[in-house]
Amino acid sequence: MKFRAEIDIMPLKALLDPQGKAVTSSLKNLNLSEIENVRIGKHISLEIEATDKATASLKVEEACKKLLANQLMESYEFELIEA
Amino acid sequence: MKFGVITFPGSNCDADMIYVLESLFNQKVERLWHKDTDLKGVDFVILPGGFSYGDYLRSGAIANYSPIMTEVVKHAEKGGYVMGICNGFQILCESKLLPGTLLHNNNQKFICKNIHLKADNNASIVNAHIDTKQALKIPIAHGEGRYFASEETIAELNANNQIIFRYCDENGDITEESNPNGSLENIAGVCNAGKNVFGMMPHPERAADAELGNVDGALIFESILGLIKA
Repeated sequence: MKFRAEIDIMPLKALLDPQGKAVTSSLKNLNLSEIENVRIGKHISLEIEATDKATASLKVEEACKKLLANQLMESYEFELIEA
Repeated sequence: MKFGVITFPGSNCDADMIYVLESLFNQKVERLWHKDTDLKGVDFVILPGGFSYGDYLRSGAIANYSPIMTEVVKHAEKGGYVMGICNGFQILCESKLLPGTLLHNNNQKFICKNIHLKADNNASIVNAHIDTKQALKIPIAHGEGRYFASEETIAELNANNQIIFRYCDENGDITEESNPNGSLENIAGVCNAGKNVFGMMPHPERAADAELGNVDGALIFESILGLIKA
């Protein structure tokens, strides 16, 4: 079976996110001062072949832990969709 | 003593490092390629600066899975010397050979300028022969150099003399203003618990040749060579 994983990787909440901070202040310049706390991460989409959803989930988990996210600075979560 | 300098796709300080070691310090240097699976008998491996794999995903993340890294990890685990400068430091943090990580600079800018740093102690070969009161002028050139680690890790690094260099002002005072990128405790470089794996963001190889008008970086190479010869 083929699955698609939609992975969100975000900087840890405790860490300063300079990109998010710069964008927050830029939005204020656009008179959108109601917007606060912008945080910027990345979205990774990938396809995976696996016998079932649980196996696919384990593999995606491994990919996140080993390469896609650095847990010292980022957190990740993902959704698996049957492709 | 044989050095090995690894070139990853996107490394750009490899030639400078080789020049300093060969031409200024008369050392034997093996040119290693990231796909090599053999360190060719080198004693001291250097991961140079640059933008390996275009900094895709995260700085150093993809280079960490280059074939040669398996050998670098084995070398380090046997007590062999490994040093990463700038992007090399980022790779060593990704590989977990060094604790902590390097975040985007707190001002969100790529910073390329001379800064000052000083040896925090004389506990490892990279700072053993450097006066801890002396401020060394050495350039940095990075966008992701803000050293970060958990509170516990920082406490351990302090307790074990694993902080090799800290950013300071020209008088050697460690101040908030002299911290160029927001690194915790002004940390510019660290080593592992075994004191055989080192990483630093500043570029000593860019400040070693008198022709370039600054030779403070040469002290770090002299420290390494001095102690090994002794």
